[in-house]
Amino acid sequence: MTKNIMIVGVGGQGSLLASKMLGKLLLTQGYDVKVSEVHGMSQRGGSVVTYVRYGEKVYSPVIDEGTADFIISFEKLEAARWVPYLKKGGKIIVSTQEIDPMPVIIGAAKYPENLIEKMQEAGADVDAIDALSLALEAGSSKAVNLVLMGRLSKYFDATLEDWMEALEACVPPKFLELNKKAFELGRNA
Amino acid sequence: MKQLMLGNTAIARGLYEAGCSVVSSYPGTPSTEVTEEIAKYDEVYCEWAPNEKVAMEVAFGAALAGKRSFCGMKHVGLNVAADPLFTISYIGVNAGMVIAVADDPGMHSSQNEQDSRHYAKAAKLPMLEPSDSAEALEYAKLAYEISEKFDTPVFIKTCTRVAHSQSVVTLSDRVEPPVKPYEKNIAKNVMMPGNAKKKHPVVEQRLRDLAEYAETSPLNRVEMGDTKLGIITASTCYQYAKEVYGENASILKLGMTWPLPAKLIKDFASKVDKVIVIEELDPFIEEFCDSIGVEVNGKDLLPLEGEFSQNQLAGILGMEVPEGVSLEENIPVRPPVMCAGCPHRGLFYTLSKNKCTVLGDIGCYTLGAVAPLSAMEVTACMGASISSIHGFNKALGAESENKTVAVIGDSTFMHSGMTGLANIAYNQSNSTVIILDNSITGMTGHQQNPTTGYNIKGDPAGKIDLESLCRAMGINRVRVVDPYDLTETDKAVKEELQANEPSVIISRRPCALLKTVKAKPAISCNPDKCKGCTKCMQLGCPAISMKDKKATIDTTLCVGCGVCQQLCAFGALEDGKND
Repeated sequence: MTKNIMIVGVGGQGSLLASKMLGKLLLTQGYDVKVSEVHGMSQRGGSVVTYVRYGEKVYSPVIDEGTADFIISFEKLEAARWVPYLKKGGKIIVSTQEIDPMPVIIGAAKYPENLIEKMQEAGADVDAIDALSLALEAGSSKAVNLVLMGRLSKYFDATLEDWMEALEACVPPKFLELNKKAFELGRNA
Repeated sequence: MKQLMLGNTAIARGLYEAGCSVVSSYPGTPSTEVTEEIAKYDEVYCEWAPNEKVAMEVAFGAALAGKRSFCGMKHVGLNVAADPLFTISYIGVNAGMVIAVADDPGMHSSQNEQDSRHYAKAAKLPMLEPSDSAEALEYAKLAYEISEKFDTPVFIKTCTRVAHSQSVVTLSDRVEPPVKPYEKNIAKNVMMPGNAKKKHPVVEQRLRDLAEYAETSPLNRVEMGDTKLGIITASTCYQYAKEVYGENASILKLGMTWPLPAKLIKDFASKVDKVIVIEELDPFIEEFCDSIGVEVNGKDLLPLEGEFSQNQLAGILGMEVPEGVSLEENIPVRPPVMCAGCPHRGLFYTLSKNKCTVLGDIGCYTLGAVAPLSAMEVTACMGASISSIHGFNKALGAESENKTVAVIGDSTFMHSGMTGLANIAYNQSNSTVIILDNSITGMTGHQQNPTTGYNIKGDPAGKIDLESLCRAMGINRVRVVDPYDLTETDKAVKEELQANEPSVIISRRPCALLKTVKAKPAISCNPDKCKGCTKCMQLGCPAISMKDKKATIDTTLCVGCGVCQQLCAFGALEDGKND
C-alpha cells in the first residue's frame, strides 16, 4: 500500500530540503519512493507543495485529495488550504507561523482566525507546533524545516540513527550541529 | 547503487553516461536542471546560449563535427528553435544529437500549454517520452543510439511531473564514443533546393524505418492484464493509469511517441474489448489511432486542458474517488509575488504612478501585472515587449508615445529583445524601452547570461555591455537608473517618455536573492510616527503588513532596500540596526 506525505508552505521556506531528506530516509528503509516538487525562483512567496510517496511500488508522483497520510505545513493558512488532501484519519503537522498572503497584505482579504480549531472540528488530527520559535532557539529561522522533520520522526518507525544519517547526507557540514539541534527540538517538543 | 534522482538530473546522467561532449541550452522551467546538472561533469563542455535557436545550432555544429551533443529547452523555447530544427532534420547529424523539450501541462510556470509532440511529427523526427527518472536516464542513452543509427536528431520529451519528480535510478559508468570524423559533403549538408529535394525522400524513408523500429523496440511495451479494457498511454499518464487500474486493464505503454507503431497498436486493440487513449493535452495518439482505423475513446471523455491525476481519471472513468477532510473556510489565495527587496518593485511603482501603458515580457517582472501594482498590461512571449511597442506606437502615434513603455529583463533582451530594438532604431518609432537589468536570469532560478560576465560554471566569461550595445544599434538616448531610487527613476521615466526619439532606460540593480548581494538590516516601523495611511502598502512588498492600523515589517523577509522609506511622509519607517 502506497503511503503519502505532503509538504506544503510558502515558496522560499525550505521545503525542498525537507523532501530531499525524507526521500533519502525512505529509500534506506527499502521502499520505492517518488518525490514531486515545485521549482523555480518564480514560486517564491507563492503557495508551494511537495509530494512524497513510498511503498513497495509507487506509480503516480502526485498525491490527490483525500489520500495524504501526513501533511507537514510550514505555515498555518497553507495547512488549511491543503487539508482537503488529508485522508480520513490522517495527521497534519502545522507550524503555527502566520505569513500574510498578498490579498491580506493589501487588505482585500482577512487572514482567517482559529484555523487550528476549525481543522480539528473538520476531523483532521492536528499537531500544531511553534516551529519558528524552536528554529530560532536552535540558531536560525531557516531551520524550521528540520524542526518539522523532527516532529514527523515521532510518528515513524525509523530509528533516530537512520534519520541522522539522512540529515547528514542533505545538510552542509557547517550547519550540521544547528540542524541536528532543530531536529531534536522538533522531535522532543 | 540505487538513488533518488530528479527526472531532469536523470536525463543529464544518461547524456553523461552516453558520452555526450557538447551541451548548449537556454533555461526554461521545467527543463533547466538538465543543463545545470550536466554542467557539473568536467568531461562535458556546457554553456548557456543566448536563446534556444542558438543552442540548437551549437549542438548541431558539435554533432556535425563528430561529437555527441545535446540542447535542452522548454516547450515554448522549441518555437524559437523551430527554424534550425526543420532543416537539421533534412541534413542529419553525424555523431548523435539529442534535444530535450519539457512541456508544462497545467502551466505551473508557462504562458501556454502547447503540446510539443506536434513538432516531432511536423519535423519528421523521432520522439521518446520517459515516464519516470529511470526511463529518463535509459532513454537519454538510447536516444544517441537511435540518432546515430538513423542519422537524425532525437527528441526526449518530458512534462513537469517527469522533469520535476524524483524516482529511483541506477547509475552506470560513462562510455567515451570515438569521434566520428567530419567529412565535407556538400550534397548532404548544404540545404539549397537542389540538394534538399534529394534529401526529402531520404527523410520520408527514415521515418518509415523509424516506424518499423518502433514496432519492435523495447521502448514500446504491452502489459497484459484484464482484457475488458485496453489503455494506450505514455509519459506520466502511464503512471496515473497504473495507479488507477493496476492489473485491471491491459496497457500499451509507448516510450516512443513518434513515429507510432501501427501494427503494434492494431494488434493490442484486437486483444482487448475496447481501447481508451490516456494522454494529456492534444489527442495526438488518439488521432493516429483514428487514422489507422482503430476505434478508441480519448478526448470524448478526458479534458484537453491541464494535468491529469489518479483521482481525476478515476472520477471520469466511473471509479471510486477518495474523500478528504472538508473545511468550510474561505482561504485567501497566495499567488507568487515579487520578493522583498526586488529591484523591479521600485520601477513598477513608478510606472504605475505615472499611469504608463506597460507592454511586458517573460521573467520575474511579469509579476508586475499582479495587484497592487497591476502595472503590466501585456505579456506574450520572449522579446514581444520591444517589437510590439513599436507597432503600438506606429498605430497610435503621439497618443501613446508619451505614456507607453516596454519592459524586458537582461536575459530576455539577449534572447529576443535585440532584434526588436534594431527595428525601433531602424524604422524609428518614438518608443521607450526599459531593460530591467538584475544581473541574472531570475525566474528560472539564477542562471548566468551574456550580460553577467560569468559562464554556467560561474567562471569569468565574456560580458556584453548593454549601454554600448544599445548605442551601437543607433539609440542615442541611453541612461542607467537605480530602481531603489524612486526620485531618479521617476525623473528618467518622465524625461524619456517626453523625448522625441527612441530611448532606452536601463534599470540596474542585482536580484536581491543573489548570494553576492548583501542585505541591509531590516527597516523598522516607529509606531509613534506611523499614521496608518497605508501609502507603503502600495508597493505590494511581502515584508510590509498592517497590524492594529500600523505598518509592521517582517524582519525575516525585509532586506532593507529602503524603497518604502521614500514613500513614508511621516518618517515612520526607520533604518534598521545591525543585530
